[in-house]
Parts: sequence; structure tokens; C-alpha cells
Amino acid sequence: MSIPSLEIKNLSISFGVGRSGVLAVDRANFRVGSGEAFGIIGESGSGKSTILRAITGLHDNYDGDVLIDGQMAPRPRNRDFFKTVQMVFQDPYSSLHPRRMIRATLMEPLEIYGLDRRDARIAQALSDVGLAPEYAYRYPHQLSGGQRQRVAVARALLLEPRILLLDEPTSALDVSVQAGVLNVLNALRRARGLTYVMVSHDLRVVAHMCSRIAVMTHGRIVEELSVEDLRAQRAEEPYTRTLIAASRAAVTAD
Amino acid sequence: MDAPATPARESLRDWLQAPTANSPRQARAQVVWRGWLRLISNRAALAGLVVLALLVALAAVGPWLTPYSALGQDLGTRLQPPSALHWLGTDDLGRDILTRILHGARITLMMALLVAAIAGPVGLAVGATAGYLGGWFDIVSMRLVDIFLSFPSLILALAFVAALGPGIENAVIAISLSAWPPIARLARAEALTVRKSDYIAAARLQGASSMRLILKHVMPICLPSVVVRVTLNMAGIILTAAGLGFLGLGAQPPSPEWGAMLASGRQFMLTSWWLAATPGAAIMLVSLSFNLLGDGLRDVLDPRND
Repeated sequence: MSIPSLEIKNLSISFGVGRSGVLAVDRANFRVGSGEAFGIIGESGSGKSTILRAITGLHDNYDGDVLIDGQMAPRPRNRDFFKTVQMVFQDPYSSLHPRRMIRATLMEPLEIYGLDRRDARIAQALSDVGLAPEYAYRYPHQLSGGQRQRVAVARALLLEPRILLLDEPTSALDVSVQAGVLNVLNALRRARGLTYVMVSHDLRVVAHMCSRIAVMTHGRIVEELSVEDLRAQRAEEPYTRTLIAASRAAVTAD
Repeated sequence: MDAPATPARESLRDWLQAPTANSPRQARAQVVWRGWLRLISNRAALAGLVVLALLVALAAVGPWLTPYSALGQDLGTRLQPPSALHWLGTDDLGRDILTRILHGARITLMMALLVAAIAGPVGLAVGATAGYLGGWFDIVSMRLVDIFLSFPSLILALAFVAALGPGIENAVIAISLSAWPPIARLARAEALTVRKSDYIAAARLQGASSMRLILKHVMPICLPSVVVRVTLNMAGIILTAAGLGFLGLGAQPPSPEWGAMLASGRQFMLTSWWLAATPGAAIMLVSLSFNLLGDGLRDVLDPRND
């Protein structure tokens, strides 16, 4: 395998210290190749979002290594890093500043990095996620959940990163809106050759988006399998089988 | 009404009420417009706003409205009760009280606005920074706030004025010094609620510096409650200013400051009630209208009321 875009080596993250400390992630390892979509699946509290926050540096006290293109990610993370790695948050209702116009939110990275043609870039970013340019002049409370999440994707892509971390990007949305956002993400990945790391508790979403999947429970990655194996139910770990069975039951119940 | 004015006004209204904005300016104007509509739909707030607007107008043009001077003495007409010549009577040196009240409005409003302009930004900056950064800055600044808050604000202001020397400028500084800590505490509380929020995290991932995060992300969240708090504090600021004047530590005679007028009228309380009653009523009216406006602003600005 050539040098992976993103590699996690022996990543451990704990909250608190001593006996009251909780080990949220226990020696996680995975590699994601360039242009690949990698999924992490697990129930709530299994530590999957914590891995993403550690990669971005939002949780800075982790043990282990985060490598981007074979290079150690700087600690604390610097601007070059954020130009390579961006993240879309789970809840679009809390990830946009409630008192700032969408335009101001989208303008921010352009100002920080001193990029030119700002209005054109904002219009382009909005149209890339399927929003009309007039949405720049709205406030978050004037948008629906799906529209907000599209804005959040547009914001993450304004710096033209190569790696996009997706923290359950559709779990806060209606099922009818989920497909729209997922299709936008898929189209963007194909068009730009982006590398995705997607965290979800929904097997169907991950199966739709990703080619390789890691299964997490209680802070540990218990199994890594391809989406074909997942579809064919060739899981080895009992936990993965339970997860697949539970998901199938949910689908049938729908 | 003439014909051309109406379409222009209609189109402005349409522009403000359009369901979607087409420019940043329009979007911002629409936000202000909706806030304004909500503010004036609150009767108490509207009343406070009207009284304050009247008062500002009177303070601006008042001195030209009366034929008398605020400082000129006329011992022949001293202690006159309210009459057609002197609507609010005259004081113990024969000065027209209405004229002095109007002049005093300037002093009072100027002091209140200066204190708000100093204490508001200082409190906001310290509180937002402490709440966002945490760590040693939070500990040091909040212990300082604790020390300030452990004294009654009037006593603290008295102590500062005693140290700085009496006078309006020193009174403004002294009141500001005692007014910023509660605002800082409030701003810190607001900042604490947002420092872990996703939109702050998202901005950090865009490479925003702490300075930028505090100024552009944390402060706008703290601002509404600070504005409300400062407006509600205006009443207290005016009372403190008047209290300092009353005790002879604020504005000095013959300045027509309301507190000082109240103090000099006190000696004649039993024989000439209007000397003390008029500045007292003026203080009450301004404090009340600031309180009403503050309550209305809270309804408009507080996101929890959305």
C-alpha cells in the first residue's frame, strides 16, 4: 500500500485522570488511502466521534500518532493542517453561528487565509452543495436542517481540503433530507477525489457512502471489513453480527 | 400626503419585509427592522423609549427653551412656588428650577452614557475573554471581580471618588470602576455556555485565532445580554451619580446636577417642597424609563425568548 492519506496509529484518548478517568478510545489503528471513503460505525458512546475530534486537534490530549500523508500532524494543529483536513459536524443546528449571516460564516476561512475572489468563491461553494447564491444572505434560523448541513459542507470545502471528516452528517436530519445531503457528499468526493472518514451509527448510510468500514465498540476497533463483506454478512466478530442483525431488523420494521 | 412619497415608502417596506434578502445590507436591515417591530410592540418598552427620546431632545435644545439662566442668581425671587413665570418654582438662590432641570438632564445623561460606554465594553471584553480562555486569566479576572462585587457599588464609588477627588469626571471613572464587574461576570457566564459549542469548534477548524474567536464569535453571543444589563444598570448608574452629587462628591455647586439639586433642596423640604421634589421626580422618571426600555430590549434581544 502506498502512503495513506490519513493514518491513525495506536490512538488512545481518555477523559479525566486517575481512577475517575474514562478511556474513550483504546489503541485505535486504521489507514485511509487517497480518494477512499472510510466508515467508522458503532453505537453511541463507542468513541467514534472522539477519534475525529482527536484527528482535528479539538481533543489535543491523545496518545498515539495521527499521520497525514505519512507526516505527523503538528500539535497544536496549524493552518496548513486545516487547509488539508476539514470536518462536518453532526448537528447542523449547532454548528452554524446563530447570529452570523451565512455569508459571514463562509467568508471567515477566506479572510483568515487571505484568499481572493471571495464572493465568487462563496457563490461557487453554495452552488456546489446545491444552494442558490441568495442563501448567503440568510441567517441560520431561516434555513432548514438539510440546508444548514449543506452550508456546513460548503464551509468545510471552501479551503479545498483533501480530507473531509464527517461526524454523523445526516443523523440529525429527516430521512427524506438525508439522501439529498449524502448524494451531494458522494458527488463532491467523486468530482474532487476527496478522502472521507465518516462516522455513523447507521449501517445503511455507511454502506451507501463507504468502501471500507471499521466497527467500534467500547472504544476499540473490533473489526475492519469491506462493504462487500458487510453486504454479504461475512462478519467475523459477534458484535458486528449483532449490529448487522439489529440494522436489518430496523429496516424490516420501517 | 403627496403622491411620490408613498411609493418610495411602500418599496422600502417591501424591501424590509421581503422573504429573502438579496444583499448583505438588506439582510442586516431586515434583522434590525424585525427587532424594531418587536421592541415597539412592547408598550412598556415603547413608553420608556419615548420618554428617553423626549429627554434627549429636551437636553439637546432645552437651554434655549427657557428665558432663564441655570446659574444666574436672583435673590429677589428666591423660593417661589410653581407659577406661570417659573413653572417649577425657584430655588433658594432664585434660580429657575425648570431651567436647571433641563441643564441637569445633559449632565445626567452624559454621565450615564459615559459610564455605559466605559463599563460596557470593559466588562464585555474581560468577561468574554475569561469565559472563553479559562485558565489563569479566568481565575485572576474573576477573583478581581469577586473583590469588586463584595462591596456595595455606592460605597465602592464613594471610596474611588474620595481617592480621586470630587468632580463629574472622577465620578464617571468611579462609577465605571464599580459598574464593570457585574457585566464581566454576566459576559463570562454567556461565554462559558458557547465555548464548547460546535460553531466555535468549527471556526477553530477554519484556523481562527483566539482573538478572532472572542471578538467575532463569543462577543456577539454575549452582547445582547450585556446590552440589556447595561440598560437596566443605567437606572442604578443615574442613582449612583445622583447619590454622589447628593453627598457632595459628584458634581459641585453651582452645577445643576440633579443629585446636587436634591441635596441643596433638602434643607427646604418642609417649607418649599418643589426644591427637592422636582429633581427627585426627574431622577425617578429617567430611571424608570431606562428600566422599561431594558425590559423591552430583553424581550427583543434575548435568544431564549425566540
